[in-house]
Amino acid sequence: MSEEIILDINNLRTSFFDDDGEIKAVDGVSFKLPKGKTLGVVGESGSGKSITALSILRLIDSKGKIVDGSINFKGKDLTKLSTKQIQHIRGNEISMIFQEPMTSLNPVYTIGQQIRETLKVHEGIGKEKGNKRAVELLQLVGIPSPEARLKQYPHELSGGMRQRVMIAMALACKPDLLIADEPTTALDVTIQAQILELINDLQDNLGMSVIMITHDLGVVAETCDYVAVMYGGKVVEYQDVISLFKNPRHPYTVGLLNSIPRHDIDVEDLEPIRGSVPSPKNMPKGCHFAPRCPFATDLCNAEMPSLDHLGDDSDVRCWIYSDRWDGDPEVNVVDQKTTS
Amino acid sequence: MTAEERVEPLDDDKRKKKKKDSPFKRSLKDFYRKLKKNKSAMVGGYLIIFLILVALIGPYLTQYDIRQPDYSIKFEGPSAEHWFGADHHGRDVFSRVIHGLGITMKIGLLSTLFGGLAGILIGIISGYYGRKVDAVIMRFMDVLLAFPGILLALALISILGASEENVIIAVSIFAVPTFARIVRGSTLATKNLEYIDAMKALGASDIRIIFKHILPNILSPIIVQASLFIASAILSASGLSFIGMGVQPPSPELGAILSEGRDFMWDAGHITLYPGLVIMLLVLAFNVFGDGLRDALDPKMKK
Repeated sequence: MSEEIILDINNLRTSFFDDDGEIKAVDGVSFKLPKGKTLGVVGESGSGKSITALSILRLIDSKGKIVDGSINFKGKDLTKLSTKQIQHIRGNEISMIFQEPMTSLNPVYTIGQQIRETLKVHEGIGKEKGNKRAVELLQLVGIPSPEARLKQYPHELSGGMRQRVMIAMALACKPDLLIADEPTTALDVTIQAQILELINDLQDNLGMSVIMITHDLGVVAETCDYVAVMYGGKVVEYQDVISLFKNPRHPYTVGLLNSIPRHDIDVEDLEPIRGSVPSPKNMPKGCHFAPRCPFATDLCNAEMPSLDHLGDDSDVRCWIYSDRWDGDPEVNVVDQKTTS
Repeated sequence: MTAEERVEPLDDDKRKKKKKDSPFKRSLKDFYRKLKKNKSAMVGGYLIIFLILVALIGPYLTQYDIRQPDYSIKFEGPSAEHWFGADHHGRDVFSRVIHGLGITMKIGLLSTLFGGLAGILIGIISGYYGRKVDAVIMRFMDVLLAFPGILLALALISILGASEENVIIAVSIFAVPTFARIVRGSTLATKNLEYIDAMKALGASDIRIIFKHILPNILSPIIVQASLFIASAILSASGLSFIGMGVQPPSPELGAILSEGRDFMWDAGHITLYPGLVIMLLVLAFNVFGDGLRDALDPKMKK
């Protein structure tokens, strides 16, 4: 990749500590995000994708801690910044939008006051100028009659509108990186499409990079350039989006793809991935996916594979692609039905 | 963007109706509408306004000197000249009660204000930062709460000495833990909400989040607690004065009037009866108003 890398996460480990000891929520995640591109982070609930996002902005609550690794953003290691420095980055250079637009706005302030708040924190902009900027921002995110909206409270807006307001707030200071944590999960389908389109358009216009966290492969297909598939706190596959859909490598990715309906092939029953994500307190010793993997061998159960770079710009964490593979040498991951 | 276009006309209608009001005024109106439904709260509210006006204006209208004895009329019962009668020094009880009302209310309001502010600050810091800070602060508050309020106040006054200022200090101090607890609880519930995370993600500092985003959201339990606490502060203040540990006679603080008059209760009941009734009225007004506020401010208690 010759593009400029805006975000380079290297071996990030975030753990939570309670009475039972350490819970490894993010366990050695590495990925790179080129400038102006969109990275999809995909995985089931509990795979550590949201914690990865929160770690970037150092928003992990007091029980959790970034234990190891580095997060390089425009040449700075975010894990080493002081509280003040990271506060300056949040909302200014990196913004985040959350899953729940219904509760992500403060109910006691009007839309205008909340948008002005971000501008005030980072640019010290006062009321008059702030209102003008707020109107521009609301126009930018496609909210009709923005002047009137400024005076409204969050409860007077619909979910889709609130998510637009959230995006407007996140974009207020023209960030270089936008982290969207399942921005469409709580919205209904028509609004979902609008919001995704909006994020795509804004990205093209403003030239920012986006991390799109989702469990919806449809969202990935629509918005992303690169995809990191996460499972059990680790990245198991990293590819560009077209190769991922065309040529998935990891059995988990294949499982995910098989579990969504397709319109081009007549499938009678969708193939779910059996079992569920192991508890982070009780991760399997070997490959985290081994207990659910139709191809798992003794090697898989005993040892965690590393994230290996395959020839065509894809990284996979699976023994099948290694020299030490001890199962069927002719194995075809895409064709799971024969083996399961 | 078809969905928005469909919603738009509806919103336009709504806006036309509310066009003139600023957003803040609108929510205030909404609150008043809810409060108006609760008859007893409205009665309490008007009573409080009435009593405050009396306490503010009354002292300028009374014609008798509250300190000047007139032994020719001592123990005289209520009459047209002396509405509440005269006490054992022949002072006009009505004038003294009017003056005392202001003193008693001042103590109640100021101690709630000071104690409340301290309690809010302690509670919000404790709740927001959690962990060790929280454990240390809240155990200390538990210690304060372990004493019955009046006992704590008594102990403080016996150290500080009996005076009006010291009553305010003592009552403020036992206000602190009750406010701290309520504020901490509400802070804990609020700080994990998405919009607080969202504000953090947008780069707001802790201080800003605490005072600009958490505090306004937990104001309603604080307001309710304050109006209810004023009632108990008034009761404690006059109680302390009654047993001689508060404001000292000849000050006409209501509890002090009671204290002076208690020796003559059988022969001249009017000396204690009227200030007693006024204390009752005060406490009742704040309690009823506080209850009404709670109903109006609590979205879950819609009937």
